[in-house]
Formats: sequence, C-alpha cells, structure tokens
Amino acid sequence: MQGHSPPGSRSDRSFLTVLVLIGSLYFLLVLGFLLADAAFVTPTQILKAFHSPEIRYSIRLSFISCTVTMILSVWIGIPVGYVMARYKFPGKSVLDSVIDIPIVLPPLVVGLSLLLLFQSPLGRLAQRFVPVTYEIPAVILAQFSVACAFAIRTLRMAFEQIHPRREQVALTLGCNRRQAFWRVLLPEARGGILTAASLAWARSLGEFGPVLVFAGATRMRTEVLPTTVFLELSVGNLEGAVAVSLIMVGAAIAVLLLIRGFGFDPNLKHLR
Amino acid sequence: MIAVEKLSVRAGDFQLENISFQIPAGECGFLMGKTGSGKTTLLEAICGLKRVVKGTIRLNDRDVTHWPPAQRSIGFVPQDGALFQTFTVREHLAFGLELRRWNRADIVQRTDEIAQWLGLSRILDRKPEGLSGGEVQRVALGRALSFRPAVLCLDEPLSALDDETRAEICDVIETVRERTGVTILHVSHNHGEAERLADRIFQLQNGRMVEQAQKKT
Repeated sequence: MQGHSPPGSRSDRSFLTVLVLIGSLYFLLVLGFLLADAAFVTPTQILKAFHSPEIRYSIRLSFISCTVTMILSVWIGIPVGYVMARYKFPGKSVLDSVIDIPIVLPPLVVGLSLLLLFQSPLGRLAQRFVPVTYEIPAVILAQFSVACAFAIRTLRMAFEQIHPRREQVALTLGCNRRQAFWRVLLPEARGGILTAASLAWARSLGEFGPVLVFAGATRMRTEVLPTTVFLELSVGNLEGAVAVSLIMVGAAIAVLLLIRGFGFDPNLKHLR
Repeated sequence: MIAVEKLSVRAGDFQLENISFQIPAGECGFLMGKTGSGKTTLLEAICGLKRVVKGTIRLNDRDVTHWPPAQRSIGFVPQDGALFQTFTVREHLAFGLELRRWNRADIVQRTDEIAQWLGLSRILDRKPEGLSGGEVQRVALGRALSFRPAVLCLDEPLSALDDETRAEICDVIETVRERTGVTILHVSHNHGEAERLADRIFQLQNGRMVEQAQKKT
C-alpha cells in the first residue's frame, strides 16, 4: 500500500541517528581542540615563533632526529616484522610481548630505563666512545625505542597480508629466499613500508617523556618540538607553546595524509 | 616422470604417510581426495616447499628429495594463481627466464611465444589487478611454463572459475600437454575434470594413498 514504509526502515533510521550522534561527539572534541589552538594564536605569533633561534633549532633537531629514527625503525622493522609474520619458533610469543613493551610502558619509564641502561657498566663503556645521555644520540635513541615498536607492528601486518604462496611460487621459478624477498615480497609491501616509516616519523615527532628523562631539556642542545612546548609553558609563554604546537599539528596532518595516500590501513587499534 | 616412493611429510599436526606413486613422462596424474586429505601438502613436498621426513621424490630419474625448489625445474600453478601484484603480465612470463639468465632477445621471443599461445598478447602490459579469473590462471600457467619445466604441478587451478572459463582453461591444459609433453600432477576435487584430463588418478584419504587407477591404456 502507498504511504507505508517497509518494515524495519524506521528503526534503522533511529539506529543510524544514534550512531552518528555518538560518533560526532568525538569528532567535535578533536575538531574543537584543534580550532581552539588555531584561534588562540595569530599568524604573526606563529611567524615570531619561527624567528626564535631556539625554536628554529628545535624544529631542525626534531626533523633530523625523526628522520634518522624513521630510517632506523624501518631498517630494524623490516627483518623483525618479516620473521614474526612468516616463521614459527620457540619463544615467539615472548618476543612478541617484548616488542610490545615500549608501547605499553609509561613513556617516563622508558626514559628512566634508558637512563639506567646507559649508567650500567656496559652503558658507561659505550659512552666512552659516543656520549649518549643528555646528548643528541639520547634524543634519537629515546624516539627510536618507541617508534621502532610501532614500525615492527605495522610491517608485520603488512607482510601477513601478503600470502606466502607468492614467495613459494617465486622459489619454484628459480629464486632463492633472498631473491623472493627482495623481488617479490618487498615491492608488494611497499605501501606497508611507507606507512610504517610515516608512523615512526610521526610518533617520534610527538615523543616527549623518554626524551625529557634521557636527553634532558637543554635549550639549543637536546631541545625538540615537544620539549619546546614544555619549556615555553614552564616560563608562561602560552602563545609560543601554542604556535609550536600548531607546527606539530601541521606536520602530523601531513603525515596522516601521506599514510592515507599510500592506501594502506595500518589498523591503528592494534597499535595502541 | 614423477616417482614418489614411501614418502612421509609432516605439516604441523598432519602427517602424510608412506605415499608411493608414479606418473610416467608426458602423462597427467590427478591427485584427488577430500579437503584435509593432504593433496596440497604432497604437491608442496614435490615442489620442495615442505620438508620430507622419509622417502624419496624422483623427477626424470633424478633424486630431488632434498633439493631446493629453484633447482627442481617444476612449473607450479597454485589455486588462486598467486600472481605478483607489482609485476605486469609480461614481467610474470619473463621472471623465470631472467632468473635463469637468458639473454634479452631470447626472453622477448619466449614471452611473445607464450603470450600468443595462451592468448595473453593483449594484456601483456597490465598488472594482475582487474584481470578476470581465466586470465589470472592463464598468466599463472604461462609463468610456470615459461622456462620449459619437465614437470607441471597444478593445485586446483580450476576450482575458483565459472563453468565456461573452467572448460576454456581445461582446453588450455590439454593443449599444453600436447604441445610440450610435460608431465602433469593435477590436484583436484572435480571428477569431470579428471574424466577429461587424467591418465591416472590417485586417491588420498587422511594422509594415505588409498587408491590408484589408470584411466587409459
């Protein structure tokens, strides 16, 4: 009969409305705090932040250290992720848990643990050759400790999504394992590798706790962008802190767009 | 020729026990059985992808039991084709030849020959994404045949295809046999396919060979 809607359509509409309402609360929260950041400072204040030698140093150190950390994380993440994705071996679940430790540990504890490691006899010996604690290598090591775990997780998932049958076919065609890895698997995992790299970079950019404890917060020495936000806040320069935060927001959005652009969904819920 | 003697293979909790059979050169043997009976495990052991616990595998009178897959010269066509997503069709056909260090001119000649033969000439520059099921299997077959293997192992290559495409790929497999004289081991569920293509049928059940039959004389 005309005018009657099919059964169920009304309850479907209300169900979807509830979903949209609940979902939009979180969306509004994120959008709200980003807008609040943007509304708090003027473009002049952001430009002023760019002119401060301390902030320019921290931008430079952040970008360099994040890039080095990204390269190291992918370099370590590819073999570890591959082994975890493809092989079964005794102690695999223990190793899996060890990889997760930097993700689940409170950031300050990661920093403190690194500090203690480099105060141990072995750490002191290493520091005779390369000073680490409260120096730039400490910044990179602190970022790397956490970012690498995320890179390994992402790469493992990327390799797991590629059926091992393809490598097996490559072996029958005449490849050895190394050739099958380099010529067949790695090109197919390209999206996952780029995602892991972006994620490692973005994660390093926001790393604060371990950097603060292990590398300190010395201006023009171990100061990275999160340290700058902390230092500016501690001297009451809220505008400076927000201006630097917006630089980080811009970089984070750029990285997220890159990840989407690679077309690989790293299934972030497993990474948290 | 494929000759398997008293073969035992372990795959996790599953074990293939005391498998023996022979497929004379140029013949097509069908390996049949229910899901989980060990067909694919046996095929993988012959290809060198599963470690053999006991027994021997001989291909054309050479004991290849412990050889790596690359040295066995077996053309392997898995169920879903397992095409390489970053390769074009042309690169698939050339890959086995590049690994064997053929010179460029010979590779071009051989890939053109295979493409023409399997009806792939029009799609040589395409990547696997968007190819039809029949095209995927033709490419997988072409890739496996490119380096002129003595043995072809097919793991249910027709199972995911519609009836029309299945008949078409059956024709292709028959032509392959006639033209190359390759010995074929074909894993399948389908009695119709066996009726049409098989010279010998081997029945597997729970990891054991329970029946062997010769179809033609």
